[in-house]
Amino acid sequence: MRHANAVIVGSGAGGGIVAKELATAGLNVVLLERGKWYSAADCRKDDLRNQRTTILGNAFGPDDEGNPRVLVDERGQERILKPSEGGYNNNAACVGGGTFSYGAQAWRYMEKDFRMRSAYGAPTNSTLEDWPISYQDLEPYYEKAEIEVGVSGDVEPNIFKAPRRRPLPMPAFPPNREHQILHPAAKRLGLHPFDIPMFRNTVPYNERGACMRCRWCVGFACEVNARSGSHNTVIPKALATGNCDLRTECVAKEVVVDAKGRARGVIYFDARGKLVEQSADLVIVSCAAIESARLLLNSKSALFPRGLGNRYDWVGRNLQGHTYTGAVGLLEEETYDDIGPGAQIAICDYNHGNAGLAGGAMLANEFIRLPIQFIGQVPNFVPKWGKGHKDWVRRAYRRTVMVQGPVQEMPMFDSRVQVDPQVRDRWGIPVARMSGARHPHSMEIARFIAGKAEAWLREAGAIQVWKKIPGAGLSGGQHQAGTCRMGNDPKTSVVNRFCQLHDVDNAYVIDGSVHVTNGGFNPALTIMAIAYYASDNLLRAWKGTRVRS
Amino acid sequence: MGAAATLGGSAVSCSRSNAGRWRFFTPAEALTADAVCEQIIPADQDPGAHDARVVNYIDMQLTKHFRQYRDTYRRGLATIDAISQAKHGRRFIELSFAVQTEVLRDVQKQAKPFFELILTHTMQGFYGDPRHGGNRDAVSFKMLSLPYPPVRGRRTSA
Repeated sequence: MRHANAVIVGSGAGGGIVAKELATAGLNVVLLERGKWYSAADCRKDDLRNQRTTILGNAFGPDDEGNPRVLVDERGQERILKPSEGGYNNNAACVGGGTFSYGAQAWRYMEKDFRMRSAYGAPTNSTLEDWPISYQDLEPYYEKAEIEVGVSGDVEPNIFKAPRRRPLPMPAFPPNREHQILHPAAKRLGLHPFDIPMFRNTVPYNERGACMRCRWCVGFACEVNARSGSHNTVIPKALATGNCDLRTECVAKEVVVDAKGRARGVIYFDARGKLVEQSADLVIVSCAAIESARLLLNSKSALFPRGLGNRYDWVGRNLQGHTYTGAVGLLEEETYDDIGPGAQIAICDYNHGNAGLAGGAMLANEFIRLPIQFIGQVPNFVPKWGKGHKDWVRRAYRRTVMVQGPVQEMPMFDSRVQVDPQVRDRWGIPVARMSGARHPHSMEIARFIAGKAEAWLREAGAIQVWKKIPGAGLSGGQHQAGTCRMGNDPKTSVVNRFCQLHDVDNAYVIDGSVHVTNGGFNPALTIMAIAYYASDNLLRAWKGTRVRS
Repeated sequence: MGAAATLGGSAVSCSRSNAGRWRFFTPAEALTADAVCEQIIPADQDPGAHDARVVNYIDMQLTKHFRQYRDTYRRGLATIDAISQAKHGRRFIELSFAVQTEVLRDVQKQAKPFFELILTHTMQGFYGDPRHGGNRDAVSFKMLSLPYPPVRGRRTSA
């Protein structure tokens, strides 16, 4: 097989951008993706089988057959889980990764999100830490991601936002009904509402049309290709250079090293199940926090007996996601207007500056809800079945508003990914074994944020409000992050400030794994900004067939 | 309640339209399951689980994605009849709607895992996508005034 300059494992928010940047610079790139390449035509509008509602399976992978994970709960009970089951902490397995079917909120983190330890001090039993890079280091790359992938919205009224040089490239949608209800209510409370930044065309952009505002949005393929991810932006650009070879349904087994401990390439199972090795000058791991950690931990050799980059036992540690918390309100008036994507309005008043709390969360109204999703939101005080339940659903479906936000979590050393000693996937590769819990302080922040969501809904006219606060079990989910922490000290982190493994200068981790903390925001734009930033630094150091150490 | 009350015994129409066509259920099991689903989402001014053919959804999924629940259903439905017989000397489908409701309250306590399962599946079959065998004629979408199929090509909130 032809030698490559770079082999990238994973084509999501991180890997897709790295592929485009390296291929554009003239490097010969192989992009491995374990899943398939779906398109707009794969919008099946199946309420029971999509990437958000997985009752009958995941629409965009992984398949339920042959892709187990092991979850160890707080009491030490082990469960083997299928990808469509809760607790699996799935992210899609397809070209584009999570960005193919996500809700597509495009947030910049705030300046304080990069120096959480300095701002608040680490709570007991937390590995809360500062990033080795600052918001200012990433700002130009945030801007690049907003322009190249394409972000709409209006963040100007957000007085809490970090400094930015340019406005978003596309305007916000006209307000939907929930926006019209929540905006004046927030103003009356002295808050600072604005239009959510989103990877979604509100006007024609990047040679694709505008959103038609349908009901089947988050979790589905975008039927009109107006929502943007790596699959319809950077990956086509990478392929157009002629320098990028995208290989789908290829499952990486391990990163292999040479006698000197430098990465030699990736061994993977191709689409026909044949085990092959792709040699490369550079290896870039971009599989998202759980699978990236698993791949490194499965890459054992004489020089790295505990897994690649794992000399100090930090690979797989600090698994975090977001503690999604908020409230649902029942109003007298109709709130449902059947206009997607639904989520449109947010506030950042409670991301920081909450007395006694180490951070907080952005709060936004929720995406448009399909009936089956609404059933999952029916509160406890409603009868579980019978006419009482049906009556309530009929009355409330078009009269509720949900406000929630992703609480920034306190990382924990023991919330982690390992490889399971027994369970293997259909290719015989040891699977991810996840264990740990949320930090009590994350839960404390969650309760505070839910109270703020409730207050906003009451001001908006809700006659009844019920809070939504998750349990204290392990976090991760689509927003999974933290397992290959970025840091200056090789003893307490996995990669350096350029996403390079401390131990192996030609191996990189470029995805949410490197996040030291995960912000009180959806992480996709930050993953993309880091991918642009890391690619830029990699290319500066690139000397023909290797990087200058 | 009038329409609903007759439905307790009217599951016959269900067996007629599906005679010999169940994938997993026996005809008797299908009748019992249908009556349970109708209790969970009864017909009123809008159709209920029976009209939406929720039991068809469950039967179909028991041969596909829900294979692991086959035993739970087989035993759970038998338990319902056993409780009915013990308390009222009749099979579940032979009871009036109101008495069925009472029996199901007992089932909810005595066979909680099964009851929770059929409750969840009934919600899916009624409020989920018609393509999977339930929600016939998109009855729940109509109840919630959702246009289905949706209006296409819309661009703004106009």
